[in-house]
Order: sequence, then structure tokens, then C-alpha cells
Amino acid sequence: MEGVMLADAKIRAETGTESGPRGPGCSLRHFACEQNLLSRPDGSASFMQGDTSVLAGVYGPAEVKVSKEIFNKATLEVILRPKIGLPGVAEKSRERLIRNTCEAVVLGALHPRTSITVVLQVVSDAGSLLACCLNAACMALVDAGVPMRALFCGVTCALDSDGTLVLDPTAKQEKEARAVLTFALDSVERKLLMSTTKGLYSDAELQQCLAAAQAASQHVFHFYRESLQRRYSKS
Amino acid sequence: MKETPLSNCERRFLLRAIEEKKRLDGRQTYDYRNIKISFGTDYGCCIVELGKTRVLGQVSCELVSPKLNRATEGILFFNLELSQMAAPAFEPGRQSDLLVKLNRLLERCLRNSKCIDTESLCVVAGEKVWQIRVDLHLLNHDGNIIDAASIAAIVALSHFRRPDVSVQGDEVTLYTHEERDPVPLSIHHMPICVSFAFFQQGTYLLVDPNEREERVMDGLLVIAMNKHREICTIQSSGGIMLLKDQVLRCSKIAGVKVAEITELIQKALENDQKVRKEGGKFGFAESIANQRITAFKMEKAPVDTSDVEEKAEEIIAEAEPPSEVVSKPVLWTPGTAQIGEGIENSWGDLEDSGKEDEDEGGSDDAIMLDSIKMDTGLEVSGIGSQEDAPIVLSDSEEEEIIILEPDKNLKKIRTQTISAKQEKAPTKKPVKKRKKRAVN
Repeated sequence: MEGVMLADAKIRAETGTESGPRGPGCSLRHFACEQNLLSRPDGSASFMQGDTSVLAGVYGPAEVKVSKEIFNKATLEVILRPKIGLPGVAEKSRERLIRNTCEAVVLGALHPRTSITVVLQVVSDAGSLLACCLNAACMALVDAGVPMRALFCGVTCALDSDGTLVLDPTAKQEKEARAVLTFALDSVERKLLMSTTKGLYSDAELQQCLAAAQAASQHVFHFYRESLQRRYSKS
Repeated sequence: MKETPLSNCERRFLLRAIEEKKRLDGRQTYDYRNIKISFGTDYGCCIVELGKTRVLGQVSCELVSPKLNRATEGILFFNLELSQMAAPAFEPGRQSDLLVKLNRLLERCLRNSKCIDTESLCVVAGEKVWQIRVDLHLLNHDGNIIDAASIAAIVALSHFRRPDVSVQGDEVTLYTHEERDPVPLSIHHMPICVSFAFFQQGTYLLVDPNEREERVMDGLLVIAMNKHREICTIQSSGGIMLLKDQVLRCSKIAGVKVAEITELIQKALENDQKVRKEGGKFGFAESIANQRITAFKMEKAPVDTSDVEEKAEEIIAEAEPPSEVVSKPVLWTPGTAQIGEGIENSWGDLEDSGKEDEDEGGSDDAIMLDSIKMDTGLEVSGIGSQEDAPIVLSDSEEEEIIILEPDKNLKKIRTQTISAKQEKAPTKKPVKKRKKRAVN
């Protein structure tokens, strides 16, 4: 750990002031969202971040299998389907991350002995897939009218080999990055709900990424608000 | 989730309406629902909407060795998935009868009709051929899955471009999209399925049944045809008996419908190609109707991250110094070691069966330590002394009774560890904690 930090300090010293997280990398790609586009699920949303696109459908609160029934709260299930082939370990791990995030905000105690199922379908992956999945899941839950304590959003940060911070990276940027960090943040206190990381980074960099993700989450929540305002406007 | 059953009055109502030549969505008997085709950013990706039925198609390719009896032919593989998103009754990972039937029909329609030139997919005879995989995901089920899936499959195949390869002697070179333009598949013709639903033992006929109509129908006739009016597959299911005239009439209708759909597909493909050539915007984001109130777009948003470094430094400065990290692994028994702080793993809480054994072992261990403490009256502290503590795997009956007793406490222990985790009290050594609880 210390070795990494030292090496990092060295890099920063070498590149001087330019190593800071500035420049064109620190912007979110264009966002698009469409809600209620499927007729069968109770709620659905398609979320796009640049060329990354995820479709989400939510069923619930609905009947639950006896084996999965929880007596004092709703059973939350997340299914993530890849585009090519069958779901594997990577999908299972993502499902778990998304489920844990949803469980933190969904008020399951209001619907005991029911099931809430979130089905996510990857439509195209061009980087920041997990963040896009989280955003799609949130919009679909909102569309389904599932009671939630707060909204949540996902933000992915990537750290270059020279320590530059890139928000909402593309697939190419993710591949070249030294570390990729994904955070889920809630809308009320902007606190961390979930974090998953890959690669090497120092604790200072983690805090930087977190602060940047919090700044980016403002934009995402603003986007949520605007799109819902548009949806529920009278005109 | 189970499917909501159709009530008797609903069924009667639907059948009555069909008798009166009326359909709930206002269509005529031979009308198709609207078809919308949109393409993704990568090649071979499309979404086909047939009314509210929606299918996502994606084609991918891979170099593999060919089948032994077909050394010069590429491999075509179709996989239709009924996602739970499409309807709550579809269970993930289960091969239902419907799914098997649809997959078989799709294979017959597209592979057995030889619409794709499989010989052109051969790279080195007997060694390397292309395997083309077509993945179809049903996103929303509103009836007539097979028509939507067959359209999606053929559209995705026509849209797909595979990487170029060159063979020099024994060497096969694969070119990326940047190096050489990818090549399209050679498609001889486009077979498209058209479904006909029959009611009242074949008295009434409807083209392109929706989900409600499918549930009250007696039989289904699927005809796969290309625009040259060649029948590729014909399948009748549901056990109704049809007259020769009826089948001929259906094939005539299918011919008209297929011509219309083929034209639409070609137009959509041309449009997409034009946009790509001109360097315009393409992909699913462009196919969202902007005027819909359920849709919203936001342009690229710059995020001000100039103060993140200061913020990060502040947080680090305020934070308590991290607790001592145990870098040396603790050896419990030969073959079982532990690193980290010894907080209980919360993974696999649902899969209790595997865990029970572990827990028993753990509690056993704690009791052992406890007894040591009582016997010697010495405070066993630190992990270092832990290593020296003899670990005896109990097999006597006495020990077993002890294992059963703290089973009640066990749950307490688990909840406590979880709460301890939340409070983040890293200063306490996990070994000590365990001992105290065992005493309780």
C-alpha cells in the first residue's frame, strides 16, 4: 500500500501541476432516458450514457415464491442479462452489487412477503456499464412506483497511468486505465451506498474519485429531476 | 411469478369480437401491427418492435474449427431467450416448451433455408471457419414472438459485418475494424415468418395475433417465406385440421406481407448505412422520439472537479489513522490460514447449508479458547499466542453436546459481528471479541 502511494507521489511530482483531475476527461457523456416503454413490466426504463445503453424492467410488489419469502420485508431480486451468451460470474457479481444498492434505498418493510424483481438487459456496452445499470434500475423503480428512501445513481471514475481522473469513461478509457472505481450515491445526503474498484490506487486518489463522483452525481440527479418534471408536467 | 389467468368472460368477449370481425386494437383481419426497426452503434445489433412486442438481436462471430463432416462450412447458431422482463411468467434459465419450439422454428426458418452462404464463412478448410452466433432477447411479450424474432434475426444478420481475414500459406491474419473495412455476410434471401391464428376450429383467421388473441386461439399456422414467394418453413400447431384452400389462402397472404416487410427492412438498412457513411449520429439514442414526455435527453455535461484534491486531503487529514493491519497470515490448522481482521464474511448468507459447518467449527474453537482461559487463568492476548494454542478437532460425545448448546448464542454472535462491522471498531481484536461472546 505504501509503495503504491510513494510511487504515486513520485508520478505527481514529475508531472507537476498538470496531474490534477482537470481537462476534457471530467465531463459526463450525453445522457438519455426513456421511461415506461415496455407494456408488460410494472415499470421500465431505458438509460443511455453515451453509447452505453441498458434497459430495465421492474415487477413488483408482486407474489413471491414461498422459498424466497421474507416475513417482514419485500424480497428484492436483480437479474442482469448480458447481450451475448449466458450470464456468468461477472453478471452474478454485478447483480449482487446492484441488489445491495437497491436494498439500501427501497423501503421493503412497507411490502412484506412480496417480491420486487428488477430485470436489466445490456443493450450496448461502451464503458461505465455498472453505473448505467444502476441508473436504469433507479429510473425503472421510480417508474414502477416502488417506495424508496432516496434515489440513487451510479458514477464510474477511471484513473489513468499518470493519475488523471476521468469521469464516465468509455470502454477504451476503461481498458487503458490503471484503476476503475464505481460508486453508488444516494440523492438525499450524497452518501456512498456501494463502491467497487478494480486496479491500484492510493487512499488519496480514492477520496478524490469519491469527491468527483459526488460532484458528478449532482448532474445525474438534476437529470433525473428534469426528466421526471417533464414527465409529470401538465402541458 | 405466475401468469394471470384469462377469465371466462374475457375469453368469451374476445371470441365474440373475433366472430364479429373486430379486433381490440382496431386492426382488420389481415393487418399487421406497426414494425419499427432501430439499430445500435455496433454492427449486427438491432431492436425490432412489432406493435408492443420487442426483440433485441445481436450477432457475433468467432473463429472455430469446423464440424468434422462439414469441413468447408461455417457454423450458424441461433439462441432466442425469453427474458423475465418480457413477461413475469418466464423464468430465467429454464427451457420451457415454448422456448424450445420457438428456437427450433427459428433454426428451421433461417438455417435450413440456407439463406446465409455458409461456405463463404470458411477461412481454412477443415481448420478455421467463422461461427456466427445470433442472440435474440425478447424484451416485451405482446404476442407473435416468432415473427418479431425472425425479423430481428434477419435484420441483425444483414446489418452485421465480420472482421476481414487474409490467408497467406498457413498464416491467418485477422484485421481490426480500423485496419480494413469489415465485410458483410453474403445473404441469399430473407426468410420471414408470418403467423396466422385460427379460432373456432379454423372458421376464423387472424394475421399477427397479439397476446390476448394468442391465448384464446385454437391453432397457429406459421409460414416462413422470402420475397420470391418461396416457402422456407411451414408449421401448424395446436391440433386443428385445415383445408387445402385455407393453407393456400394463407400462403398468398404471407407472400404479400413478406414483400411489405422485406421492403421495410431494406429501407431501414439503407437509412442506417447512409447515416453511418455521412458520419451523422446513429445508435439507439437517436431512435428515441424527442417529443415524448417519457423521454428526456441531456447533452454532455462538464463536471467541475477542481476542488476534489482539496476535499480529499481534508477528509484524509480528518480521518483517524488506519488501524494496524495484520499482514502476517494466521495459521489456524495446516491448510487453513486467515488474513485480514477476522470479521465474519457476509457472503453466502442465503446459502446456509455450507455455512453451518463453518460456524460449528468457529464456535467450537471459541469454546476451546474459553476453556483454556479458565484452566490457566491467563489472559490470552494477541494473535501471536493464538498460534500456539493447540487446536483439537473434537470427536468425543462430550464435545458434541457443547457444540449444540451455544447454537442459540450463535445467532447473537452473527448479528453482533454485523453491527460491529457497521460501527467500524477496528481497534478491538477479533479474537478477543469471540471469547467474550462465548462466555456470554
